[in-house]
Amino acid sequence: MNWLWSNLDRVGELTLVHLALSVPAIILSFVVSVPIGWLAHRYRWSRGVLLSLCALLYAIPSLALFIALPPVTGLSLRSPLNLVIALTLYGIAVIVRTAADAFDAVERDVLQSATAMGYSDVGRFWGVQLPLAGPVLLSGLRVVIVSTVSLATVGAVIGVQSLGSLFTDGFQRGIQVEIITGIVATIVLALALDWLSVFIGRVLMPWSRPDAKTARAESTTLAEQADVA
Amino acid sequence: MNLFLDAFAWLADPANWSGPGSIPQRIAQHLWISLVVLVIAAAIALPVGAAVGHTGRGRELAVRVSGGLRALPTLGVLTLFGTWIGIGLAAPILSLVILAIPPLLAGAYAGFESVDRRTVDAARAMGMREGQIVGKVELPLGMPIVVGGIRSATLQIIATATLAAYIADDGLGRFIFEGLKTRDYAQMLGGSILVIVLALVIDGCFAVTQRLVVPAGVRATRSPELRSGPPRLRAALGQPITEGNPK
Repeated sequence: MNWLWSNLDRVGELTLVHLALSVPAIILSFVVSVPIGWLAHRYRWSRGVLLSLCALLYAIPSLALFIALPPVTGLSLRSPLNLVIALTLYGIAVIVRTAADAFDAVERDVLQSATAMGYSDVGRFWGVQLPLAGPVLLSGLRVVIVSTVSLATVGAVIGVQSLGSLFTDGFQRGIQVEIITGIVATIVLALALDWLSVFIGRVLMPWSRPDAKTARAESTTLAEQADVA
Repeated sequence: MNLFLDAFAWLADPANWSGPGSIPQRIAQHLWISLVVLVIAAAIALPVGAAVGHTGRGRELAVRVSGGLRALPTLGVLTLFGTWIGIGLAAPILSLVILAIPPLLAGAYAGFESVDRRTVDAARAMGMREGQIVGKVELPLGMPIVVGGIRSATLQIIATATLAAYIADDGLGRFIFEGLKTRDYAQMLGGSILVIVLALVIDGCFAVTQRLVVPAGVRATRSPELRSGPPRLRAALGQPITEGNPK
């Protein structure tokens, strides 16, 4: 435990670095995925192509992707930007599928009613389709938050600083407390961001706060989906 | 793109294809470890998942365990076991098993659970014993989802086995870490290409398997456009099974 007290500021600093790596990747992947997911939902041919591409992307092992990206992007291997791009790609691979499902789940009758009420296509998307798809999109985002925060630690082995540096450093110096601290800090960070996303979701989508029973059923099936997909 | 040419030159170099630590040997090691881990993890997770999905008991716990374990950083688990157990294969195998359990468990209970309860009740009413219901009704109908779970677990194992080379002298990840140490980008990239190809080939095999295990009866009655089908028809047919996507 002595190690932890004397290195508390280092852990805090790495936590901030970790946030700086994972939060941009999470936001970027969400922003990019929603239009792609909509496209996958809209046309049958694009659905097959886009979802297969995402499945392929998701199948690529992270360490291999971290190393294969720099020759394509021209960045240095140790550049944090390289890691952010890789994490964003993984995030996209996960959310696009959920986003397509989210848009699929909006009932056609509702959309037709919106059109009948005089919504334009664009207005209908922003005013009806997107808000109704919101809760499912949020569940996809939550999966990405947890996996991105955990995956960012892998960057430590190629020399990108993050909470993962506690693992490599702890392993090389044989300090188990350091590794355990890293694991706990990563999980706490993931849970904190997850909680934040749920909170923002409640503020933005006050209607999606049903009785606890249905909410739980929904979130569990989606967690399974993401696991199995 | 020059780096890719170097990597392909490294891959084509005959010197890398024979002797100890050669490409074929590393691929064999990688596959062997992955298989051992998959068998151990499946022996633990699949029966538990099947029991949870069949009885519906302990579902909350299973969801929580499989969801919670996902937040575990793989590198952290590997290095922790590495310092605990020491250099060797025991540490990576143990951590890989732990990391492979969540997707297997989720796939198993989701697969068994996805079978329409009315179908199960019908089987029971026909006089099938519980064991027969599990083996002859729930398992075949839930198979695509169970295989989906095995698929994502296998991908996870292959990816983490690459990372495991950080703590043990094993598998394709060795090329990556040797390349990192000696600043040999060609070797590093060549190793990464091998890992990516291996993962994609195995994923492709699973994608085919997942289609093949859909029972003929379900496939025959599956309407091409489920969304526009009348809801009652769907209920009578049992839950539609789309590829690895439990709803």
